[in-house]
Amino acid sequence: MEYINIFVKSIFIDNMIFAYFLGMCSYLAVSKTVNTAVGLGAAVVFVLSITVPVNFLIDTYLLRPGALSWLGEEYASIDLSFLSFIMFIAVIASMVQLVEMIVERFAPALYGALGIFLPLIAVNCAILGGSLFMQQKDFANVGESAVYGLGSGIGWLLAIVAIAAIREKIAYSHIPGPLKGLGITFIITGLMAIGFMSFSGIKL
Amino acid sequence: MAEGKEALFSKQNKALLSDPLNDNNPISVQVLGICSALAITVQLKPAVVMSLAVLFVVIASNVVVSLIRNLIPGRIRIIVQLLIVASLVILVDQVLKAYAYDVSKELSVFVGLIITNCIVMGRLEAFALANGPWKSFLDGVGNGAGYALILVLVAVFRELLGSGKLFGIEILGHKAKTIADSTGLYALGYENNGFMLLSPMALITVGIIIWVQRSKNRKLIEQH
Repeated sequence: MEYINIFVKSIFIDNMIFAYFLGMCSYLAVSKTVNTAVGLGAAVVFVLSITVPVNFLIDTYLLRPGALSWLGEEYASIDLSFLSFIMFIAVIASMVQLVEMIVERFAPALYGALGIFLPLIAVNCAILGGSLFMQQKDFANVGESAVYGLGSGIGWLLAIVAIAAIREKIAYSHIPGPLKGLGITFIITGLMAIGFMSFSGIKL
Repeated sequence: MAEGKEALFSKQNKALLSDPLNDNNPISVQVLGICSALAITVQLKPAVVMSLAVLFVVIASNVVVSLIRNLIPGRIRIIVQLLIVASLVILVDQVLKAYAYDVSKELSVFVGLIITNCIVMGRLEAFALANGPWKSFLDGVGNGAGYALILVLVAVFRELLGSGKLFGIEILGHKAKTIADSTGLYALGYENNGFMLLSPMALITVGIIIWVQRSKNRKLIEQH
């Protein structure tokens, strides 16, 4: 039950874009057509559901105060949590590289679809944000953090596909000149975020 | 400076400083760094602290990367840049935790997210890798200030309309339980628009700022 709760919560209530504005840069830049949006969204889901559990393990067994106690009593007092930013971003950057190589080797079709988006992802705030929120949320085990990563990714995918579909449609409408492109996208995202607010408070 | 003949504040260098404030604003024109810009603009104080943090990181990383730009192999430059930025952000985070603990709690994960703030990486990729340290410094100052400008603007609107305060000081008068006890605007029956404090209004406020900016500056209008 806990898993489903985390999953639904991370997709709808704590939606990366509508609640925390994470990954807005690529969200705005790559949402002009639905096809590319799906590609980037899928890549984000993929990378988030790998990096969040990996970072969870690193946080639990290396960085947290007392995390090193499995090495022996004398290490129990070490607190490496100030290293978490640099550790997380290194994990993310290398994971993205690794995932890129594995996908290229074993799934060329998928690589063709995700290819150009994978390198972009290392600097997507949603990925690092996922790991940092994971650190705050104190998940009980790897499973919960993996579900959280997957859910956040799907929430992000949902948001970027939705805005891309809307942007494809509004290309044909009469929008005041200065609002064209960026301005109207911001305002529509705001309206969508108001819609997503109605999910808050749902608990399974 | 590196070019020898060019003056320290030549016309070109001044443009590096002033362009990002309007014509080439990182947020409203280049669309960079929106990720962390919106979530922390509910109040003015965290917004100002965040702006200073980003300003520092942009300037420092621009200068550092520009100094070692000829030593970085092209293939791994992203990781090198990320590590430089991450170390600077850790520095900022530790300083904030030591000297402004409350604000650091309020900013929570968003300090860490300066690492992936697209402004920092964007300026490194687009500018610092190709220019000397002095120009990169100016570019960093300009872009950091452009970011700060929008951030402070959004925060002023949201805090003033949402809770009637600026920096936590009551600007519009004091709101008591009844209208009779209230002072200032509240005595006339004014109510705070609590909606401004919620996240969607940050997006809409930025949308409106872009609208106003582009109607003043028509060459920024997108054609499609």
